[in-house]
Amino acid sequence: MAVQTPLRSRRNRPEQSGRGLISSADRRRTSVRLSLRSVQTLSLLLLLAFGAAPLYWTFKGAVSPTQELLRDPLALWPGHAQWDNLSRAWSELQVGQYLWNTVVLVTGSVVAHLVVATTGGYVLSVLRPKWAAPVRWMVLATLFIPGSISLVALYLTVLDLPGLGISLANSPWGVWLPHAASAFTVLIVMKFFDGIPRELFEAAKVDGAGPFVIFRRIVLPMSRPILAVVTLLTVMNSWKDFLWPLIVIPDTEKQPISAALPRLAETAEQSLLIAGMLLAILPPVVLFLIFQRQIVRGGGGFTGLKG
Amino acid sequence: MSRSQAPAAPGGNRTRKDRTRKPRSADPSAARPRTPDGPPHNASPHRGGGPAERLVRWVRRGGVTTILFGLPMVLCFAYFSWWPIVQSVQLSFQQTNLVDPATWVGLDNFRHVLDDPLLWKAVKNTALFAVLALAIGFPVPLFLAVLIAELRRGGTLFRILAYLPVAIPPVVSVLLWKVFYDPDAGLFNQLLAHVGLGPYPWLQSTDTAMLSIVLEATWAGFGSTVIIYLAALGSVPGELYEAAEIDAAGIWRRVWHITLPSLRGVVLIMLLLQIIGTLQVFTEPFVMTDGGPEDSTLTVLMLIYNYAFQNGDFGAATALSVMLALVLGVLSAIYLRATRSWSN
Repeated sequence: MAVQTPLRSRRNRPEQSGRGLISSADRRRTSVRLSLRSVQTLSLLLLLAFGAAPLYWTFKGAVSPTQELLRDPLALWPGHAQWDNLSRAWSELQVGQYLWNTVVLVTGSVVAHLVVATTGGYVLSVLRPKWAAPVRWMVLATLFIPGSISLVALYLTVLDLPGLGISLANSPWGVWLPHAASAFTVLIVMKFFDGIPRELFEAAKVDGAGPFVIFRRIVLPMSRPILAVVTLLTVMNSWKDFLWPLIVIPDTEKQPISAALPRLAETAEQSLLIAGMLLAILPPVVLFLIFQRQIVRGGGGFTGLKG
Repeated sequence: MSRSQAPAAPGGNRTRKDRTRKPRSADPSAARPRTPDGPPHNASPHRGGGPAERLVRWVRRGGVTTILFGLPMVLCFAYFSWWPIVQSVQLSFQQTNLVDPATWVGLDNFRHVLDDPLLWKAVKNTALFAVLALAIGFPVPLFLAVLIAELRRGGTLFRILAYLPVAIPPVVSVLLWKVFYDPDAGLFNQLLAHVGLGPYPWLQSTDTAMLSIVLEATWAGFGSTVIIYLAALGSVPGELYEAAEIDAAGIWRRVWHITLPSLRGVVLIMLLLQIIGTLQVFTEPFVMTDGGPEDSTLTVLMLIYNYAFQNGDFGAATALSVMLALVLGVLSAIYLRATRSWSN
């Protein structure tokens, strides 16, 4: 799955052209070279200490006995590695169950995001009926109203959907659907659809293709890059989600790992807790490492606005 | 695979469209002039007719299909975005216990919230969080980004290391740091003891609890800011540096006169986003200290949460939400203006 971003052509720019802030002439000067080297080395050490060391510590902590962790937290490796911490956390702390709940919530959120954003983006960008303009405006407006503002009212809505009398509490739908009302996702998909040449739709229409066929045969196949971006973004964000699942899923058996861990932290043995934390960290970190090129080179799309 | 095939099919048939598709030209959508961006309704000529005829025409033009396509988005936003926003405002003027019908109480909820001494504590704490987060978290990513952009090799490694904390779920980061902050067996006090400092109380003292939380939050978030600054740095034209160098401007003067001014748009945006984000801080204090010790880390959003989910006082909770929304709305408006004028 290739996530192609337009920014890719710009990668390595200063590194390749050599024309950044510091020129090649500067770099030939000993004083510049020495100070640049030392600042860079120092930064690398600090980044290792802050970026990689906590992860390593979690890994080490996950296989250490609790007593050793308390006695010497600085040890590089436990005297007696307890690999069964991981399996005990999986079953005794029910981390396996919580991870499964998380996977269910994340998968459903991705599907809901994709359905809402592609069909919605299709209407706003391609079909453009009369009512598209106000809807587009109202969708964009919510971009500037942070989700936490309507948190309480959203909770009350989800408890008793107006006109339907259904409660989504303790149901994964209570997480999937509110997540999918993401203006940011609709916006980036809409912008992508805007970039598809209109002539394609016109030509297909002339050939007798209806809106469904155009959507399925032209719009969706052409939008794979943006759909991959939306998927990756949604997976990362909903894996991190904490407050909303905590509120809407009070049933501890159904909670995702983020909502469950603080509760476990109060009672669980420390080494098992850290093993559980490691299991919670691994999926998003592995995903990040697989797609790191798209994420760290992609710029604003991944990290900027959060709808 | 089908990415190249799908568009090719209609494109290949384009030449015979006038001959074979004549009957369809009665359909207004096919007859409209080829102004690609024009909405269909503008293109169709007004031909009068009764409401029934107009309805038939609307259906034929695909009105129903369009509505079907729009339904997921409109329903989703109506239920989970627009209606809750409206209801927030409505609830803030009401008293409700979710069982009996709600009663209108005017500004009582607002008065009640404004009279709550905890509110001012929460506002003060949130402001402190925002200021500390700016003071600590603002210069670091900028410095790192400028530095990483100048790397000839290993830039990717730097970026990955910087972004790793962002990939960790926030709750796990907070719990991890809570272990690190332990006054006795915690990593930090043990480390600092090696250089003869401490022990520090970290989360246990009203003086240092908020600072400790800000340190964690900064660590958890700086990576994404670095990546955004790096993207912005990539678009600073190299000719500017070249020209400055010819004018014998040293490296520091180039930083001051070219790099920073080129970044000021994105810096302002990040500044506003950070303020908007910190005013809504919740997870970190909630999981780390639950507002303690002595409410020294209670934030505005936590107070809203406590009103609603501990006291069941939805009126007070929504009233405070509305007030927070007004503050954030002003900031968002500034943000909108800034992105409009500076991001292009």
